[in-house]
Amino acid sequence: MNLLDRPFKNLIATLALGAASLSGGAFAQGTVLKVIPHSNLSILDPIWTTQYMARNHGYMIYDTLFGTDEKGQIKPQMVDTWDVSPDNRLWTFKLRKGLEFHDGKPVTGEDVIASLSRWSKRDAMGQKLFTFVGRMDSPAPDTFRIFLTESCGIMLDALGKPSSNVPFIMPKRVADTPADKQIEDYTGSGPYIFKRDEFKPGDKAVYLKNTKYVPRKEAASGSTGGKNVYVDRVEWNLALRDAQAQVNALSKGEVDIIEQPAFESYAALAADKGIDIVNGNNLGFQYMVRFNHLHPPFNNPKVRQAAIAAFNQEAFLKAQVGIKEYYKSCASMFVCNTPYGSLKGSDLMGKSTMKKAQDLLKASGYDGTPVLVMKPTDLASITKLPDVAAQLLRQAGFKVDLQSMDWNTLVSRRAKKDAPAAGGWNIFATAWVSPDIWNPLTNAAIGAAGEKSWFGWPTDAEIEKLRDQFAREADATKRKALAEAIQTRAYEIGTHAPVGEYINPAALKKGVTGLVIGPGNFYWNIKK
Amino acid sequence: MFAFLVKRILATVPVLLIVAVLVFLLLRLTPGDPAAIIAGDAASPENIAKIRENFGLDKPLPVQFGIWFGNLMRGDLGESYFFKIKVAALIGQRIEPTLALSLCTIVIAVAVAVPLGVLAAWKQGGWLDRALMGFSVMGFSIPVFVLGYLLIWLVSLKLGWLPVQGYERIGGGFVPFIRHLILPSITLSVIYIALIARVTRAAVQDVLSEDYIRTARAKGLPENRVLISHALANAAVPIITVIGIGVALLIGGVVVTESVYGIPGLGRLTVDAVLARDFPTIQGVILFFSFVYVLINLLVDISYLFFDPRIRY
Repeated sequence: MNLLDRPFKNLIATLALGAASLSGGAFAQGTVLKVIPHSNLSILDPIWTTQYMARNHGYMIYDTLFGTDEKGQIKPQMVDTWDVSPDNRLWTFKLRKGLEFHDGKPVTGEDVIASLSRWSKRDAMGQKLFTFVGRMDSPAPDTFRIFLTESCGIMLDALGKPSSNVPFIMPKRVADTPADKQIEDYTGSGPYIFKRDEFKPGDKAVYLKNTKYVPRKEAASGSTGGKNVYVDRVEWNLALRDAQAQVNALSKGEVDIIEQPAFESYAALAADKGIDIVNGNNLGFQYMVRFNHLHPPFNNPKVRQAAIAAFNQEAFLKAQVGIKEYYKSCASMFVCNTPYGSLKGSDLMGKSTMKKAQDLLKASGYDGTPVLVMKPTDLASITKLPDVAAQLLRQAGFKVDLQSMDWNTLVSRRAKKDAPAAGGWNIFATAWVSPDIWNPLTNAAIGAAGEKSWFGWPTDAEIEKLRDQFAREADATKRKALAEAIQTRAYEIGTHAPVGEYINPAALKKGVTGLVIGPGNFYWNIKK
Repeated sequence: MFAFLVKRILATVPVLLIVAVLVFLLLRLTPGDPAAIIAGDAASPENIAKIRENFGLDKPLPVQFGIWFGNLMRGDLGESYFFKIKVAALIGQRIEPTLALSLCTIVIAVAVAVPLGVLAAWKQGGWLDRALMGFSVMGFSIPVFVLGYLLIWLVSLKLGWLPVQGYERIGGGFVPFIRHLILPSITLSVIYIALIARVTRAAVQDVLSEDYIRTARAKGLPENRVLISHALANAAVPIITVIGIGVALLIGGVVVTESVYGIPGLGRLTVDAVLARDFPTIQGVILFFSFVYVLINLLVDISYLFFDPRIRY
């Protein structure tokens, strides 16, 4: 027995030693920040898609010419100084010293020009800006110039726009990729370096500190200021998408940050003394209900007005968010407390009652055509909105056909211009991060260029004329007045209904500090 | 035997062909446009159309099928629309967690269920038998995610013994690998323990009433030898069959467990691909699953030869 015991024990000891040598301290990785992002990262080209995860990935590895601070102000980032000619048609920008791509090559004006050219082919605001651009050149490696054919007022707003598509600066060889093809080289000049070899879609994405990055001296604020990196490595956990499992992992200390916990999780998170709840996105998000303007009954503006009047924001917010401190009613289409946030012309949304909605519907000549409401069952952040919309519409006197589907079916279906009975739709709800909708040019829902505009395809020459004036106007006061006029007109024709604003604070492990306040998810400035 | 093997392997070809055609057609009939999903929320109709064109989704269905099938015949499962990675590589990345979880689950299930089933059959009507029957009902009834959360709460959060979530590749060390596998495997094994134990009990019970068992006992063989060498050996065929089915089901059926424990396996990949309408990935993964099912069935059939010498092919 002893003879058998000895080799058996030796084997166990050898296996245990081997296992310990494999597992113990195998990775000397320094400080690792483990993050559960709000969704899966699938596409790595932030110009090719407008997906927020691609945008956040972009912020990790690329830098921008300008950025937007936590108050919504545009501030220089890669740009050091800039100069505008008296006629507002020649813009000369000088880059900061020390800007370098991850491959060690300096960032030059040629890289900027190539990056802006590619971005302008994909982004709506970029497209608008480039209707004014005659040409660009780079008279010196650290300088680039933009020659406009006529004066416009959106240069800095466009170059500093904080959300999709962000004009990230890539090396010329990468930015020369046709805009309709995805890039395959992820060299940037941002505060982190993407570890392509460790990227496993649906599992994890890894970013290493860019030790050569030279941050600005100013304090970090939004996408501007000093992007100081205090951790050696950031890991995005892309596999952990179950809300309860996320809470468990944070509670146990296996991850450091949940970017956007489910609203149902906040009670458990707040009760855990090892967890802090911190709102990094002070301007938050807006819920929106979109009408299809092509088909009855919402091809009739009076019917759209009746629906808007029926939409009680508190009802949507209470059902979807449920936590009073995390939501607020606001009838501004451009988000309250932002540069263009205003209640002008919003009485239909802000001061209506169900009685008024019923009266408006009767006066509209609505013939009882059923309203097909699309409900995404798998997107917890908006899944209750269609139920509320359906109920409020019924109360107003509409016939409603509430159809459940997964989000991606909805995304596909909303692109169809067919009649609802032939696979089209009448209404869907969505949510936007504030910077995407906070001015008349970035707000996709307010565009009214018919079949060229965003899903729902409203047509209104007056709105388009006002948006064009907004793009040309450089004076801030006049721009604000134009934004108000656009909003007033948008309510008159009922482009869409904003149905409330909310925040979705992050949950941080105790000891994790420095979350940057601003319109996005940024992972510089964080200490652990 | 050799002829049987060749015949069975050749028989997989039409099965896989039928699966390939069905999957391709079903996916195209399902609502959902990958281009609209990829383009993002604020994409313009032009951008979506361009993406559709790039993927060849604007081509007629027979042309799309021809391209895909041609690539398949060359051993190319295609490239994921979303990840820009070859589907075969994607499956390769995800296969280890699923295989590890499945194997660990089946090892636990067999190690627990077979002895329990034999003992329950031996002590038919006794407390162990009744307890096993009760456990079986519970095992079949309790949803995997409920059991998963309960185990996480107790073992990980309260006792702090094991991690809450995640998967560590075996290359990163055996200890973290196994520590991350224990809870998901136990969670997933309960239903298989219930299934295999019941089948084992029934099979052994049948055998225990046979004349040769009475003869073995009459010869004075110890009861453990009667049970293991005579009863269990003769009851092996249905048990092996159910274990084989269990393994096959496990490979594709681990999605809930993978979600609860944040394991990046094939189940999760399949769900993600379906939700995203990532046609090449869905087609590749389903073909792979079909191949695995066919292979496991073949292995089960071959194993009959060893457990029951009366069987000849």
